[in-house]
Amino acid sequence: MNAAAYARRRAINALMLGLTAVCAALSAGVLLAILGYIAWKGASSLSWSFLTNLPKPVGEAGGGIANAIVGSAKVVGLAGLIGIPIGVLAGIYLAEYGKGRRFAFWVRYAADVLNGVPSIVVGLFAYALVVIPFKRFSAVSGSIALSIIMVPIVLRNTEEFLRLVPASIREAALALGVPRWKVVLRVVLPTAGRGIMTGALLALARVAGETAPLVFTAFGNRFWDQGWLNPIATLPLTLYNYAISPYEDWHRQAWAAALVLMLFVLAVNVAARLWLKPAQGSAH
Amino acid sequence: MDTNPVVPPTPAPALAAPLPAPKPGPSAQKEKPVVMSVRGLRAGYGGGASVLKGVSLDVRERTVTAIIGPSGCGKSTLIRCLNRLHEALPGAYCEGDIHLGGRNVLEIDPVLLRREVGMVFQRPNPFPTMSVFENVASGLVLNGESDRAKIAERVETSLRRAALWDEVKDKLAAPGVGLSGGQQQRLCIARALAVEPHILLMDEPCSALDPIATARIEELLVEIKEQLTVVIVTHNMQQAARVSEYTAFMLMGELVEFGETQQIFTKPVDKRTEDYITGRFG
Repeated sequence: MNAAAYARRRAINALMLGLTAVCAALSAGVLLAILGYIAWKGASSLSWSFLTNLPKPVGEAGGGIANAIVGSAKVVGLAGLIGIPIGVLAGIYLAEYGKGRRFAFWVRYAADVLNGVPSIVVGLFAYALVVIPFKRFSAVSGSIALSIIMVPIVLRNTEEFLRLVPASIREAALALGVPRWKVVLRVVLPTAGRGIMTGALLALARVAGETAPLVFTAFGNRFWDQGWLNPIATLPLTLYNYAISPYEDWHRQAWAAALVLMLFVLAVNVAARLWLKPAQGSAH
Repeated sequence: MDTNPVVPPTPAPALAAPLPAPKPGPSAQKEKPVVMSVRGLRAGYGGGASVLKGVSLDVRERTVTAIIGPSGCGKSTLIRCLNRLHEALPGAYCEGDIHLGGRNVLEIDPVLLRREVGMVFQRPNPFPTMSVFENVASGLVLNGESDRAKIAERVETSLRRAALWDEVKDKLAAPGVGLSGGQQQRLCIARALAVEPHILLMDEPCSALDPIATARIEELLVEIKEQLTVVIVTHNMQQAARVSEYTAFMLMGELVEFGETQQIFTKPVDKRTEDYITGRFG
């Protein structure tokens, strides 16, 4: 073999390998950069009183985001109560009963498209569907908007994890004279259980950070939560309002709120992945 | 599945007419009663070619019937028709007559049928979320049995019958998938036995096991057939010769020859059977 050609090939190999490694490092680096920057900007304003106090009027020192934390928990929690059961049940249908059916194909397709719909459009839809008829912004309308975003994520995740359950497991149960519905409920679902629940958690973490769908549904509020049918503060909304305000103090608080939101999403992600690990070992 | 094209040295009959019922041989007096009889069984998948082209055979009580034949001959499909698991696949069909205790199997509720006709699969498939105990109990528990004492007793009996009790009695709460391959397969046998079926179907139950684990399962079969009827599909002709009283040889969806194992292996009537068991093809 020609030695020069070989050297050239090795050089190109090293160059391309290096390039892919740099890009890989860059992708992971973005997360670290965001985390680091937010921590640097937000940590100084983060304190116990910030987490437990209501917002103060402009100009007054102090004030916190307690109402937004409670609001986010309520809005996201209700969104999960609506979105997770619908997504899981639909996923069960697709994976266990919809094989080869046209209907299942279209549902899957629609879910994928819905997953790609901009979240602000989902917010507008919820505005038209819930806010206008009831003539008020409300926590419930925000939850409905978020649940619409959750359904396709939970659905596809549920379907994928159910498909990972080997057919031999279903056959083993059927061969024992167990009716099909019970095979799904008592054997297949528990086998895929951790994966499905992890997916649901990740979907919750994902919508916890959504702002656009809440702008004209939950709307935001500077006071304690006044029930499901009134406007309510959430972390992303408060962050957004503070960030676009002209006040230096609110900017600092926006960074701190961003840090809180980021830590929450990160914690859910890490917890979900740690939880999933043992199940993946035993499912195969 | 690998489907080696098998060319029989003698031309097959032009039309696959259902075989006549096996004639009672000279030993008819000692033959045990027929518990399941299959007549003109056809099966396949919608659109595709048929896999079974009219199979007839009788399964006798408390005996082991082996089904042998090359890959793709339809032997797995045949036993999967006997508990109607074949029909659980999308587009699959199965027609003909399978009689079990005076009823046509193809007309009764498959769920109830499967409690009488159990099955053990090619690869051990314990339920991954369940312990050893729960695996064996699953058939009872999932079918609504709630008497704990009865369940515990049945689990122990079944594990003993599957020759697994001594190995697992101290780790009943451990996950079933933590056992060795051979133990997992015996666990699956215990799970099937716990439902107390009359007939146990085994679809190449040793093909994923080493020779020692295989020998244990074969020993176990000898004990099991004291109490129930076994139909076993096997790739391994020595295994068929060792464990069975009756052997059916299948080729390309047809049952070529069916008779007492001794006769099939020593004086096969059909040239194709002889070629197969002497290793000239397949």
